[in-house]
Amino acid sequence: MINVIREPLIFEISSPGKSGVRLPALDVPEKPDILEGLPVRTDIEGFPEVSETEITRHFTRLSQMNYCVDFGFYPLGSCTMKYNPKLNEKVAGMSSLAGVHPLAPEKLAQGNLELMKTLEKLLCEITGLDAVSLQPAAGAHGELTGMMLIRAYHQAHGNPRKYVLIPDSAHGTNPCSAHICGYAVKEIKSNEKGTISLEDLAREMNEEVAALMVTNPNTLGVFESDICQIAEIVHARGGFVYMDGANLNALAGITRPGDMKVDVLHLNLHKTFSTPHGGGGPGSGPVAVRKILEPYLPVPVIEEKDGQYHLNYNRPQSIGRVKSFYGQFLVMLKALAYILALGPAGLREMTEVAVLNSNYIRKSLEGIYHLKYDSPTLHECVFSDKFQKEFGVSNLDISKRLLDYGLHPPTMSFPLIVHGALMIEPTETESRRDLDLFIEAMKAIDREARENPELLRTAPHITYVRRLDEVQAARNPVLRWEKR
Amino acid sequence: MSYIPISDQDKKEMLARIGVESVEDLFCCIPENIRLRSLLNLPGPLSEPEILEFFEERGKKNSYDRFLSFLGGGAYDHFIPAVVDYLSSRGEFVTPYTPYQPEVSQGTLQVIFEFQTLICQLTGLDIANASLYDGATGAAEAVLMANRIKNKKRLLVASNIHPEYRQVIYTYTRNLGLEVVEIPHDRLGRVDQKGLESAFNSHTSVLLCQSPNYFGVVEDLETLARMAHSHDALLAVVISEPLSLGLLEAPGKLGADIVTGEAQSFGLPLSYGGPFLGFMACKKEFVRQLPGRIAGQTVEAEGRRGFVLTLSTREQHIRREKATSNICTNQAHCALRATIYLETLGRQGLKKMAWLNLQKAAYALEKLTAFPGVRRKFGGPVFNEFVLEFPSDWNRIAPKLEERGILGGLGLGQDYQGLEKCALVTITEKHSRETIDRYAEVLKEVLK
Repeated sequence: MINVIREPLIFEISSPGKSGVRLPALDVPEKPDILEGLPVRTDIEGFPEVSETEITRHFTRLSQMNYCVDFGFYPLGSCTMKYNPKLNEKVAGMSSLAGVHPLAPEKLAQGNLELMKTLEKLLCEITGLDAVSLQPAAGAHGELTGMMLIRAYHQAHGNPRKYVLIPDSAHGTNPCSAHICGYAVKEIKSNEKGTISLEDLAREMNEEVAALMVTNPNTLGVFESDICQIAEIVHARGGFVYMDGANLNALAGITRPGDMKVDVLHLNLHKTFSTPHGGGGPGSGPVAVRKILEPYLPVPVIEEKDGQYHLNYNRPQSIGRVKSFYGQFLVMLKALAYILALGPAGLREMTEVAVLNSNYIRKSLEGIYHLKYDSPTLHECVFSDKFQKEFGVSNLDISKRLLDYGLHPPTMSFPLIVHGALMIEPTETESRRDLDLFIEAMKAIDREARENPELLRTAPHITYVRRLDEVQAARNPVLRWEKR
Repeated sequence: MSYIPISDQDKKEMLARIGVESVEDLFCCIPENIRLRSLLNLPGPLSEPEILEFFEERGKKNSYDRFLSFLGGGAYDHFIPAVVDYLSSRGEFVTPYTPYQPEVSQGTLQVIFEFQTLICQLTGLDIANASLYDGATGAAEAVLMANRIKNKKRLLVASNIHPEYRQVIYTYTRNLGLEVVEIPHDRLGRVDQKGLESAFNSHTSVLLCQSPNYFGVVEDLETLARMAHSHDALLAVVISEPLSLGLLEAPGKLGADIVTGEAQSFGLPLSYGGPFLGFMACKKEFVRQLPGRIAGQTVEAEGRRGFVLTLSTREQHIRREKATSNICTNQAHCALRATIYLETLGRQGLKKMAWLNLQKAAYALEKLTAFPGVRRKFGGPVFNEFVLEFPSDWNRIAPKLEERGILGGLGLGQDYQGLEKCALVTITEKHSRETIDRYAEVLKEVLK
């Protein structure tokens, strides 16, 4: 992580006449007057000119400024930063799969269609739901698609309805996706256990509510034990239960959303199914639904008949397309390879160890960091900075100090119901040694908070850059390089 | 294989520390009646070689690579320099999360900052975001953004934009009480200016067009911008083949207010359609309405330059339902590939790459229309794609070409009434003179 070479922007090391690649010569007769009638540019002002050596060093140095799962523990809550198996990268790189044009005739892409259909079926089995669309590009996109399906159903039955109920512990994308789908959001307050109160839900639920969006386990890592009663209340007034599947790593192989009477679920292949995050995507956010919502799934739908796969665009009740082509195909391949590698027992063990690791951390840090809710938790646990606040140290300071220990901090920005949150999700792919390193670092930081709080407030000290001024970045936005 | 580095002994000790007897006890919060009593019905576990074999077998069932392909239409087979694969596959780029901790994410953040700069330079606009899912969702986000800026409900969308982009716009706008009006095309294959003029009214937020459009024709953006602005509407341009920007004037310089598009051409394989790379740029004054992540420059405690994600008050994790978009995870790694690609080609390389595409397409157009029966459908200037009209329905010609090993183009009949005899033919720098000549020979034979 410590890198003494300051790496300039590529534009600052550019000099005229250089290029990083030699392109072939034109092998057809050149038409000199070809640009006539076209609005031609004289130059791409400021565009870089560098050699291949410079490109390679530039990106190698930049890469070394990044923390990543390949380097160490990455306990970002709700993000499921598990290890990304290298085999899956190899699979996604196979040119016989990745080299196919998306609009190739179906009969020339039977292998790819079969792989997608196979993944759909496995996801149905894992979720206990009836049909899957692989088209959504990421979790938030899956949420939006799921809400559109619900709206299309209500619309087809005469009234799209007006509201969506969302607990105050929800991830920020939930209310936003509901809003983009044309719904007003009504927030449900969490009870003292951090879960949904049945009385509050029953009071808010009526015939103008299209759906409840619920994350289970929720962002505290707490399982909504009343989920079946919750679903009954919502269903009794003709609403749907939408489940945010971001936390499926706590449930896979143990229980199924379909068995909890959930109607729609999105999955994050880049969380539960180990596909790498890439510094912020690509992800993949398939949507799984109960039979009753299947007619509304995005087009095209993959169908199988006599061993032949076919893309069906003729679905009059479909919400339409949510993305070009069929979704993040290469990400799907990685997820499929992962499920095949685990098998049914491996998938169950994945969940068990994810929950074991999280509870191990929780137990080890209980009493040292404040736990607002003492409900049992599954794959993640949420502490707060309440004890350290007495010494003027915030969750941000604790997080920044963790960087000095060579560890990635937990999630801090939510859940909104825990002030000063430290949301820790270790996942199953961490060794005991790595878990202990984190626990010891957190204990040491607590001691530092008491003895030398200034050390934390000015952290990090040994990273490539020190604490960055985010206020200035927003106040005087510099969002691109410009030639002086 | 479950990628779990916890031994049975570890488990025992950890359970003891937690104070429970078994792992089962950790799940006591899940009611018994919804707990699975047996293992799921899934295949596997498979070993590493078995998994490779599984996928290789499926790969053999794809016969696409045995054909000479002239397919494009929003997904292009371009040459990718070796450094793009090599550098982008570094674990430090593949396995981090979104850069929420800037002190240990300067690599990713500087790459985004460079990507934003490259997109601004290519589009001629002031501000670009970190990425969107793809060109189709980019087009939808662009019209929603214009609607927020102008606060008017009528959206004009050219019928000659990519049909899938149009479909996504319908899906996104349907629930929001917005009116989408399609603008027809003229004989040149461009937006029909007469039809456009009559479609504007005082409720119009935006005209969205594509250039080069789905027929491969370069639009007269300067005129379209003037028309849109005279009606107090914005011009949004979507680009599915941004390689064209190596030669064509930047849309921002011609008056476009928002430019979005698909940057798969910049170093991403065809990938059977995804992951691809949406991008979006706009004029400075609209930055607060721009969707998606944005990286910005700032300083750190010791005064050195650094980069952070910024202007996040536009985003869902802060604004919740009032955010400009629900997008969270985007296409960062694809943007990294595009950045490496563009910086490797550089100023001269990109221009030359575009020149190769333009010249070869012109050669192919001449070759394929050299014998009777085949003609160029639209007269407007093209970049690397063009529409040909054949003597009979394309659905009858395509299979005959296929029998002879050629995928000759994308039929337009299913998306455009009256264009049943037409196909969109795409040429890239990867098509050698011999392959173009071969297509011409086979076509001649098929049409006999």
